[in-house]
Amino acid sequence: MGAVNILEQLDLAVQEGEFLVLLGPSGCGKSTLLHSIAGLIDVDAGSIHIGGKDVTWADPKDRSIGMVFQSYALYPTMSVERNMSFGLRVAGLPKQEISKRVERASKMLQLDPLLARKPAQLSGGQRQRVAIGRALVREAQVFLFDEPLSNLDAKLRTELRRELKQLHRELGATMIYVTHDQVEAMTLASRVAVMRGGRIQQIGAPGEVYARPANMFVAGFLGSPSINFVHGQLSGSGGDRAAFRAGAFEASLPREVFLHAPPANGDAVLGVRPEHISLTPPGEAHIPAEVTLVEPMGSHQVVWLDMQGQRLAAIVNSAVPPEVGERVGVAMDLERACLFDPRSEERL
Amino acid sequence: MSAVIHTPAMPAAKPASRRRTLPRPARIGIYAFLLTAAAFFLLPLYVMLVTSVKPMEEIRLGHIFGLPMKMTLEPWVQAWSAVCTGLQCEGIQGGFWNSVAIVVPSTIVSILVGALNGYALSFWRPRFSNGLFLLLLIGAFVPYQVLMFPLVRAFASMSLFGTLPGIVLIHTIFGMPVMTLLFRNYYATVPRELFMAARIDGGGFWRIFVQLMLPMSLPIIVVAVIMQVTGIWNDFILGLTFAGREHLPMTVQLNNVINTTTGERLYNVNMAATLLTSLVPLVIYLVSGRWFVRGIAAGAVKG
Repeated sequence: MGAVNILEQLDLAVQEGEFLVLLGPSGCGKSTLLHSIAGLIDVDAGSIHIGGKDVTWADPKDRSIGMVFQSYALYPTMSVERNMSFGLRVAGLPKQEISKRVERASKMLQLDPLLARKPAQLSGGQRQRVAIGRALVREAQVFLFDEPLSNLDAKLRTELRRELKQLHRELGATMIYVTHDQVEAMTLASRVAVMRGGRIQQIGAPGEVYARPANMFVAGFLGSPSINFVHGQLSGSGGDRAAFRAGAFEASLPREVFLHAPPANGDAVLGVRPEHISLTPPGEAHIPAEVTLVEPMGSHQVVWLDMQGQRLAAIVNSAVPPEVGERVGVAMDLERACLFDPRSEERL
Repeated sequence: MSAVIHTPAMPAAKPASRRRTLPRPARIGIYAFLLTAAAFFLLPLYVMLVTSVKPMEEIRLGHIFGLPMKMTLEPWVQAWSAVCTGLQCEGIQGGFWNSVAIVVPSTIVSILVGALNGYALSFWRPRFSNGLFLLLLIGAFVPYQVLMFPLVRAFASMSLFGTLPGIVLIHTIFGMPVMTLLFRNYYATVPRELFMAARIDGGGFWRIFVQLMLPMSLPIIVVAVIMQVTGIWNDFILGLTFAGREHLPMTVQLNNVINTTTGERLYNVNMAATLLTSLVPLVIYLVSGRWFVRGIAAGAVKG
């Protein structure tokens, strides 16, 4: 990985039994962090503790971890059963204990009929189940997942995601899960850590990170379609409300929108989630906009709007979606909007 | 998902009836060329084969392409067990067994060393591993002859000169660059995550090598065996220099048979002895040609 500092500075404490998801775009250092926890990469500075024990320089096998990789990483010459028991055999556990653990894990993951097969004779989903089983039999304190579902097709991914969540509930073990898929992060995590450039941008419960992103990056990374940013100016704040203006668009923001006391004047970016925009018939009370594209999603529609030069996405759920070219009024749920500083990109 | 779209770039399967039944002229040309080339390369083998089963009187007639009128296996028997290789006249069978005794351990040891080097270089990445590998590769381009004298002196000082372990060590050393290259490139196609998984499972350097990597290396081991067996079997100069009088390989003894300066030249016996000597590589290529190609392909593409 060369001499580049991938993780600049990072403090992270994971609670016992927690499902922590490290979320970020590729190259943000999330896999590097996971590999450092696993002991597959030496850290240049700092320390790693697992279960109160300093394992910074411990061998991977002595860290009480189990790990699942994106490419499954099954031993191709060994049967499923031997794949799962390899680590236990290395550790020199008694035969009885090994078969007991393998049996339990294979039952949990419905692998019983496959135990004698070689990895090449398994489907992608089955392979990843075996890989999870191989981690489970170690009965580790921490389970590490390195984008385990990325190589699977969409349907299997959803299925295995649900199984993983179920598994976490049954085991109650600590799990650290790396992904770039926000849906996996939102559904699985008890806490999400959004990373960029080797730094954790925000860490918190998925709902909280989604609703109150710490900066524009986090706001933009979570949610599909992503959050709408409207560039404008703040003015005349004082008392309970602040005025936000972007061209002809004007809004009065309640005090609750702000994280801190709002700056009196200056540039600001308003972030509004697509589901917090609703369409009304054009009228005086709402901002006029033109429909430029409609994406039907089955359960809802994504409507792209041109609001006086600003492009907005809105999620609507209507039996009669608007047509392209139609003029509509835009209503925003401003209580749930966020404001950002355009220079620091931090939340105001 | 269920709709199938036909585009020019993705043609539908052609019906079988449209397949050509008559070969095109280009096809005929290719076969003609291949047959000519095969005949050209097989001709010397044919001459050797027929000469080896002719009695001397027939050879003296000078029809080297003619089939034998009176076939005899006497030259083969003589070459195997009675022809003079220098002072002894016990045939080249001794040389055959000497070669076996050199080839078997040399092949095994050199492949193990090469696999171990390749494994360490690709997965454990010691400090300066690229530099070490480069050094090893440079070794592959140094001509043998340059190293001969220093190696003789070094081996003599370790009393390895002229011994079986000595010649095995020599073949291991000279085989190391290519074997390392072969295995390093093969292991480069193995996903690193596999190695990481084994590390987490507690595998150490040797266990991962023996229980995981070696069993996975079967295709490339077959290639290595073919390369090393033919290479070491065909070796002449190293065997002549380092093996010592007790262990002279078959190639050296064959040379002694053919380059004898006394008496009549027994062409039929010479041919039989030569064929006997080249039998091992020949059989290996014939038996393992398919494996050879498969092994190279397995190393070349990520699977």
